Amino acid sequence: MKPFELLDAVALPIEQANVDTDQVLPARYLQKPRANDFGQFLFRDLRFLKDGSEEPSFILNREPYRASRVVVAARNFGCGSSREHAVWALYDYGVRAVIAPSFGDIFFANSLKNGLLPIVLPEDVVADLLKVLVAAPGSRIGVDLAQQVVTAPDGTRHAFHIDPFPKHCLLEGLDELDYTLSQMDRIIRFERLYDVVMPAMP
Amino acid sequence: MIIKNVPQTLLEKIWNQHCIMERDDGQVLLFIDKHMVQDGSAPAFEMLRRRGIAPRAPHRTFSTPDHYVPTDSRDMASITDPEKRAMADALVNDSARAGITCFGIDDPRQGILHVTGPEQGLTWPGTVLVCGDSHTSTHGALGALAFGIGATEVSQVLAAQALWQRKPKTMRITVDGALGAGVTAKDIILAVIAKISAAGANGHVIEYAGSAIRALSMEGRLTVCNMSIEAGARAGMVAPDDVTFEYLAGRPYAPKGAEWDKALARWRELPTDAGAEFDREVFLDARDIAPMVTWGNSPENAVPITGRVPDPAQASGAEQRAAMERTLDYMGLVPGMPMTEVTIDQVFIGSCTNGRIEDLRAAAAIVEGRKIAETVDAWVVPGSGLVKAQAEAEGLDRIFQAAGFQWRYAGCSMCLGTNGDQVPAGKRCASTTNRNFVGRQGPGSRTHLLSPVMAAAAAVTGRLTDVRQILDGAR
Ligand code: SF4
Repeated sequence: MKPFELLDAVALPIEQANVDTDQVLPARYLQKPRANDFGQFLFRDLRFLKDGSEEPSFILNREPYRASRVVVAARNFGCGSSREHAVWALYDYGVRAVIAPSFGDIFFANSLKNGLLPIVLPEDVVADLLKVLVAAPGSRIGVDLAQQVVTAPDGTRHAFHIDPFPKHCLLEGLDELDYTLSQMDRIIRFERLYDVVMPAMP
Repeated sequence: MIIKNVPQTLLEKIWNQHCIMERDDGQVLLFIDKHMVQDGSAPAFEMLRRRGIAPRAPHRTFSTPDHYVPTDSRDMASITDPEKRAMADALVNDSARAGITCFGIDDPRQGILHVTGPEQGLTWPGTVLVCGDSHTSTHGALGALAFGIGATEVSQVLAAQALWQRKPKTMRITVDGALGAGVTAKDIILAVIAKISAAGANGHVIEYAGSAIRALSMEGRLTVCNMSIEAGARAGMVAPDDVTFEYLAGRPYAPKGAEWDKALARWRELPTDAGAEFDREVFLDARDIAPMVTWGNSPENAVPITGRVPDPAQASGAEQRAAMERTLDYMGLVPGMPMTEVTIDQVFIGSCTNGRIEDLRAAAAIVEGRKIAETVDAWVVPGSGLVKAQAEAEGLDRIFQAAGFQWRYAGCSMCLGTNGDQVPAGKRCASTTNRNFVGRQGPGSRTHLLSPVMAAAAAVTGRLTDVRQILDGAR
């Protein structure tokens, strides 16, 4: 995982609530190995027509939104399927942060493990951001993970919460598993005791 | 004198029993009892291989292919897409290499993981069970904490048999009263989601309680817990009781002999203590629930079958109105149209929501002695090979086939369409599955979620139908 860097980028507004991971990455690409560029499959069925040409009305096909590195979305973004491919698609396209009032829980966890920062901001703040981004296409949003601050196009700063450990992993580009494995003695000790008190499998 | 501890919820009891350690930020390293692995797990095994790590606890891990298996035959060679074939093959090879028990395509126990797990007695009350699939919440019906995880977390569980988690919030949904005729567990959960919304339980674990939940069979509880994720919940659960114990007793991987007695003693301690507090409480009256059906592209778009397609003109804001108009356009529906006037092309009975024996029995009872409408293509895809065998032993396959249904082999099939079983673009499907997302059953597919008896009724009439009318007619 690459370390998370300071962001100041064009932001893509997604006004629809409940955008599910089937929309972010349709199921027919789930069998593709990770080595693929999943950015090409991002919002595939919204972004492209059946003949493979671009759907001109889809926002990501319009300038200046093509260069988006931040997504601002309505509530429950990334609900539905646990497919990590949805995160890979956003990441490979170049998106590094998604801001929403709420997320699908599994999408949220998957994002943190793949260098994509999910940011929860209050519903009214997100609604205002969406308005600005739609009214002034190409508006930029700043994200400073170290300071835990989002900077709106008008310069307003919004603090956000993130657990210290995933923050540390994102900033340093670390994999959580290394830390987990360093605790293996404790896990094994726990399991031994656990197996004594728990009924055995046949 | 007995000193009473602070009353705890079912979730809190399981959580505390599985906490290995707590990190400074409050996240807990949770011990994982069981790990289910399906044929979408190749990326997770690949992550481990790249790091040179072997799965640590194969005896706690079970696998079966479900997403990519054909349902018209048991011939893996019929998977012509090389990448899909590679996914299916990878599960067999990764399982064999790691020493993981795999119910392969030729094994009668093969099936959708969330059907196979409980059926084999692998899902135990009081345990923590994970799987790289969002509908892992299904297993909570037995009083387990069961939740879906992504590929990286699957690799972490394979490597460590433990997972960092923040303690979820708790929500109790109490459904009291008796369900009316023709109203099922599926209608309960659709009514719940319509009430609290698709994001209503974000960050929460739901415990379903109340007399209507207690009165459900284990199959019905599995259906309810299955769709917890559609309300945004991390997991759903039902406290274990005699229904649970009777369901588990004698299943292949359930505890046996003295171990069974030991298990029962533990499991009886699990239910939420009187006076325990939940972060949120929701109440429904079972008598208010009618057979439900969805009209839109979110499971929260559920209405009673006696209802109508909503009118965007009545939406609360401009963005909501636009979203609703897009949805109706995609679904090919007209505002104000009675749901019972919606004609259908396809019926799908199956999936981890409603692919169990009781579901097939209920649907067969509606179909028996009738024919499906000529305009309809109707399928039954049992949730597992054992469900299929049981149904055939009871003659259900003959009832379905005599009515004009296709009777197929077990798998996820048309729920997601990754194996090629898809609803054609623009076609409308009455489906017992759990998601009606845009393109879920195939690009351009239009899905109406409903119960098995409602799907059977729709198959017979060729349109969405109030199953109670068929039941009344038969009386
Ligand atoms: S039946 Fe559908 S929802 Fe269930 S595991 Fe298979 S694809 Fe997922």
